[in-house]
Amino acid sequence: MPDTRAVASVDLDSWRDSIVKRASAAGGRLAVLMATAQPDSVVVTAIVADEQESLAQISTTLVGDQIEVPSLTDDLPAALWYEREIHDLFGIVPIGHPRLDPLILPVEDAAIRPRPGLVGRVSDVRSRPVERTDAQVTGEGVFVYPHGPVRSAALESIEYDIETPGEDIPYPQIRVYYKHRGLEKRFEQLTVDDGALLAERVEGIASVSHATAFATAVEAVHLTVIPQVASSVRVFYAELERMANHLDVVTRLCDAAALAVATARFSWHKERVLRLMSDCSGSRFGRGVVVPGGVTALPAVGADRLRSAVGRLAADIRSDADALMLTPSFLDRLRGTGILNPELADRHGAIGPIGRASGSVHDVRHVDDSPYRDVGLLEVPSSDDGDALARLTIRWSEINTSVGYLLEAIHDLDRSNPDGPLTVPITRDLTGSGIGRVEAPQGELIYLLQLDGGRIRRCKPRTASFHNLPLFHAVFTTDILTDFPFIEASFGLSSAGVAM
Amino acid sequence: MAWITRGLRNGVLTTRYPRRPDEYADQFQGSVDVVVPGSRDDPQGSVPADSETVLAERPLPPCPTGAISWGDNSLPRIDRGRCILCGRCVEDQPDRFTQRQGSEVAVVDRRQLLVPRPGQDSGRNAGGDLDELRRSLSARTRRFRRSLYLRHIDLGSDGSEEWEITALLNPVYDIHRLGLFFTTTPRHADLLMITGAGARSMIGPLQRTLEAIARPFVVMAVGADAISGGMIAAGPDGSYAVVGGVGELAPVDVWVPGSPPSPFMILSGLLLAVGRLGAHSDPGATP
Repeated sequence: MPDTRAVASVDLDSWRDSIVKRASAAGGRLAVLMATAQPDSVVVTAIVADEQESLAQISTTLVGDQIEVPSLTDDLPAALWYEREIHDLFGIVPIGHPRLDPLILPVEDAAIRPRPGLVGRVSDVRSRPVERTDAQVTGEGVFVYPHGPVRSAALESIEYDIETPGEDIPYPQIRVYYKHRGLEKRFEQLTVDDGALLAERVEGIASVSHATAFATAVEAVHLTVIPQVASSVRVFYAELERMANHLDVVTRLCDAAALAVATARFSWHKERVLRLMSDCSGSRFGRGVVVPGGVTALPAVGADRLRSAVGRLAADIRSDADALMLTPSFLDRLRGTGILNPELADRHGAIGPIGRASGSVHDVRHVDDSPYRDVGLLEVPSSDDGDALARLTIRWSEINTSVGYLLEAIHDLDRSNPDGPLTVPITRDLTGSGIGRVEAPQGELIYLLQLDGGRIRRCKPRTASFHNLPLFHAVFTTDILTDFPFIEASFGLSSAGVAM
Repeated sequence: MAWITRGLRNGVLTTRYPRRPDEYADQFQGSVDVVVPGSRDDPQGSVPADSETVLAERPLPPCPTGAISWGDNSLPRIDRGRCILCGRCVEDQPDRFTQRQGSEVAVVDRRQLLVPRPGQDSGRNAGGDLDELRRSLSARTRRFRRSLYLRHIDLGSDGSEEWEITALLNPVYDIHRLGLFFTTTPRHADLLMITGAGARSMIGPLQRTLEAIARPFVVMAVGADAISGGMIAAGPDGSYAVVGGVGELAPVDVWVPGSPPSPFMILSGLLLAVGRLGAHSDPGATP
């Protein structure tokens, strides 16, 4: 077990230095910055990963009227959005932050904020409309092209204000607050079973990953180990979910390139994955399967049928992928498009397929306590190219590893005792805190959980979408307006997971 | 060139629904129902014949979205507009609740999502109301019957509803064959699909969309979140961030329950809106 429960409470004076020292060390990164309100204070916590991927929590307590902390952004660029988020939710002011605009919740009255952790009604919180902020780019003929929040086709609400002289995109502003749903407050006071249902809806396209991360956090509080067969069931659904998400990205890329047949083929493959999920669980998103303590049921489809379904799907995807990677009109749109510089990715601690396409080799499936260790680990694909093509190539490799993990999981399920227990009982009045971490299709997903007498006191989901989306600012170096849909699709993030 | 032959490789994948029944649509567990004693769902022998009073005293199972309440004749009632299909009630009390297969769960009246239907609503009058509602919707959509242009707006969904709406364009559903198309501007749209629990920051953009949309138009609430706020707005205190259902923000004509609704559930809602679904299908009716 990695030392994921290492917690240090430090003075405000030494707080910043101890975070920066750890996160700037080789292989270190800032993973989370969050806050929790208490009756007379607010605890601000940074979670820092080291080279071995173990997580350390470094907290400081702001007492009474104290609302200022030193900003981390100068040294740790990943803190940029986290500091704006804790400003929105708690009113904490990071001193030295470059621009403290509202990110997830523009409030009307700065004194009334949701302050998750302090249980109670927050119906007085009112959001306000946001004026367009000053342009970041100036020059002759530069204008702002607002794209969103209502988008063409069926996409999630998000607004990009593209500052452009007509063709180039020097800088896109990202406005994510439209979808803010108050989820961190909504988690409060729920039982752990209801919490799992809400977790499935934090980022609906990664329901299994969210439920698993949440359940893992509960199990960490309980200090319990779930049955081996339950682990295999979780791996099975999580890898189907990853395939569906990666196929969704491929479909959107083909659609952006106006390749009608390829779009149809890959959207059909994605439909087949979702149908396999619903044949197994009744839900096309695997909802209701993962619960704290284990899983509710084995897949309703037998091992032989699963093996042949996965095998046929894998062969069809591979064949179409090979054809696509030989289609010049497609590749030309991706090559050199939306380059995320590996050095920048490293400084930011980029995670998931985006990070791995820019030099990272980090994958939560490989950390010490991962259930994948029992299944048999497969290699983590990585590239230094950093463009949209590299992100696609990483996803192809990940679809292959998903098929590998799926077949292993099916094998394990086949050998397991069908009448054995699928859950371990979870004590009703659990108290304590725990961390759950999984590799969602978008990347590392972390749940930070505090339970009090079996009820959730504080639950903070940290999605890869939130951590990685600020990098979208940095990839438009030589790109033009028509590259935009390719770059957005190649990121493969969900705005539901950003503005929670 | 290679893509053309590739496109022909697997023959026709497209469903023949609604002209012919579709197996996947019919077998999909699209709703939860209350078991009416003596009906075909009643598991014979599992409940002693003289247990009616015992049944009435037995508490209702806890529901994470508060979709279960007491109805008439000591029977529970489910609000499918709140139900997120977690199946917990079916597991806890299988003699009282059952998973129902089938994808034609969309309705034109919010009250139809209450099952079994409240007594005062199921009389002759209410049936007349419903027919009237269908007739007026049908009259409004007469011109759209062969060609309906769709627009979507997200009011704080979890992202899964968007996947299911987009799936309607894949070759399995291929809604173009039915004269259903997506349009990129509300000015060309006939029907607005709304997903999400009603995030307050989206109220402004929704109002501007409703102002821009060509008249007449139809509004469809897609998913439990859009209908009632689902898991996002449930709870005694509600939510500061979402209004809990889009019914008070837009004139909803068609309600599609589910969390998220499957593509077939959404498709049947679209066909219902233009009067192309069996006129007398009423998913809330007691079997």
